[in-house]
Amino acid sequence: MLKIGIVGVGKMGLSHLSIVNTHPDVRVVGLCDAAGYVLDVLSKHTGLAAFGDYRALVERAKPEALIVATPTRTHAEIVRYALERGLHVFVEKPFCLSVEEGRSLVALAARAKVVNQVGYHCRFVGAFQEAKRLLRNGAIGELHNYRVEAYGPVVLQPKGSTWRSSKSEGGGCLYDYASHAANLATHLFGMPAGVGGSAVHSVFSKGVDDEVYATLYHANGLTGQLCINWADETHRKMSLRVEAWGRNGKLNADRQECQVYVRGQGWNVRYTTELTGPVRYYVRGEEFSAQMDYFIDCIESRRPDNVNSFAAALEADLVLDMIERDAALGPRTTVAREVEASKGSIREALARWISGKPALQRAP
Amino acid sequence: MDRLLFGDNQFFGVNHMSEEKARAQAMRFRETGAVIEVLDAALDEGIRTFMCTTHDRIGEICGHLRANPARYKGYVLYPCMPYAHKYNNAVAELGMLGALNRFVPAGGILQGGMALMTKDIERVMRLLIDAEMKMFEGLHAPVIFLQNVVVDFLMGLRFREAFRVFAAHVKERYGAEPGFITMNLPRLLDSLDEVGLENPIVCANINKIAFRMCGGREEYERAIATRRFRPIAMSVFASGALPAREALEYVCGQKAIRSIVFGASSRAHIRQTRQLVQELDA
Repeated sequence: MLKIGIVGVGKMGLSHLSIVNTHPDVRVVGLCDAAGYVLDVLSKHTGLAAFGDYRALVERAKPEALIVATPTRTHAEIVRYALERGLHVFVEKPFCLSVEEGRSLVALAARAKVVNQVGYHCRFVGAFQEAKRLLRNGAIGELHNYRVEAYGPVVLQPKGSTWRSSKSEGGGCLYDYASHAANLATHLFGMPAGVGGSAVHSVFSKGVDDEVYATLYHANGLTGQLCINWADETHRKMSLRVEAWGRNGKLNADRQECQVYVRGQGWNVRYTTELTGPVRYYVRGEEFSAQMDYFIDCIESRRPDNVNSFAAALEADLVLDMIERDAALGPRTTVAREVEASKGSIREALARWISGKPALQRAP
Repeated sequence: MDRLLFGDNQFFGVNHMSEEKARAQAMRFRETGAVIEVLDAALDEGIRTFMCTTHDRIGEICGHLRANPARYKGYVLYPCMPYAHKYNNAVAELGMLGALNRFVPAGGILQGGMALMTKDIERVMRLLIDAEMKMFEGLHAPVIFLQNVVVDFLMGLRFREAFRVFAAHVKERYGAEPGFITMNLPRLLDSLDEVGLENPIVCANINKIAFRMCGGREEYERAIATRRFRPIAMSVFASGALPAREALEYVCGQKAIRSIVFGASSRAHIRQTRQLVQELDA
């Protein structure tokens, strides 16, 4: 029996608990949360041991693996503690708020030789796996541009009272939502060399961003756009979509289907019903079950592939970091020269439009 | 239970095959009148049970049913609670306790607050059920379902007592039978056995390609054939992956399946399904 501890029993922690708790090879030896209320109710009704501190959970319940589903700010500290004690670690996305921390944990995990995984469940969605297979096989030829979009109804009013609405805790659309898009982008198209044209806005939120747009530049000339908005109530839940253009065709993929257009052959569509493999236990989407069972399988069978490893997730963190730094430079545009030359009302209008932001800057 | 039950996914932009289709449906059914038109078409085809999520918009439909008692005499509702995205989004926004606070009914603030404070989760559950049932007041709802995301989540936690609490409250307060929706049928039957719920009504995906049938097709077929429960088949067309006749042949071939819940947006499709099932049952 593999002994697992779960740190953080919020939305994601509870979902993970429900899935691993049904695994025939797993025993959940302890839960930990800073909020005593949920913890008390849970332990009362499930009989699982509860701890107010993750160190106590690790020391007293002696898990071999830890699932960390706490606010992002706390990931680095808890993951480090677990790695230093040789525990296998599954941590929720995004990986870390600081890329330096992330790098150091990637190295630490390698030294500890433990399974390390981040909860980018989209990698376990059949349609995205099919997209990866098609792109790898060159189905649409050499790629020249892609777009990854994510929309959903998380924030529809100014007030929020969880860590998701606090920047310092790792809240905001960039970390919470755009991370999925960044992860899919780096997985499907590789690590971009740079980022430009980033716009990170609030729509409703006071302290955090609600939408993120950026262009990714790859060393081989490939470009891509990320478009993310978690204040879009036209979607029932997060809807993630990938489009890619190649010299020989086009590919569209979302959770439900993978459509590919090949020149000379036309469209070919495969649906989730044929792309989705069976899972052992279903709670809220095959991908959530599949990623957990994969984590357990990696530990049990020592398989080396380690999908969604810390190293892979660090790439998404690096993209987010680039977008954040790019956006912090304020709105910039190469047409600024022409606007400046006109000195007229356009410039004033633009200045008003970006009021509160630094004045329009020349592109470097 | 009727042989054919009418489902509501198509009305709320739920489509497991295509997000574009889902959006087109959300647009088509923007007005409640468009939903009622389809319900009426189903009723005219003899399908008089509507199995519906406790989505806010169902409240408007309930209002229409109440306002036209003659037209809807004998009409049956099978509420399925909760509409999970409402809670999911609230938990992301307000946290676990904040979400509970929002949904525990206003009329019972003191009662609800007390239940929350004393961590009396059974009482909180009863209050949440009552909040979800409010929109069905005065209508005939003889079976009340717990949605699969909640059933499978609670089963995963091994919080099986919750099933007993749900069943008891639904019986006592609403004189209704409890129903359970699941994606893990064989396992749920074991869980319901363990809490002593006999011959339960269980709704699960039952389709030829085993789409969202955890445990696999053979285990499902064995459970349906040998275990004592009242199965309702959903997702019989596997979101359109199966041709109608082939899909229904598979389901109608399993004689223990009591009812089939299906969704459709046009009278022609409703009629086709009804005729096929009648033909295959004959």
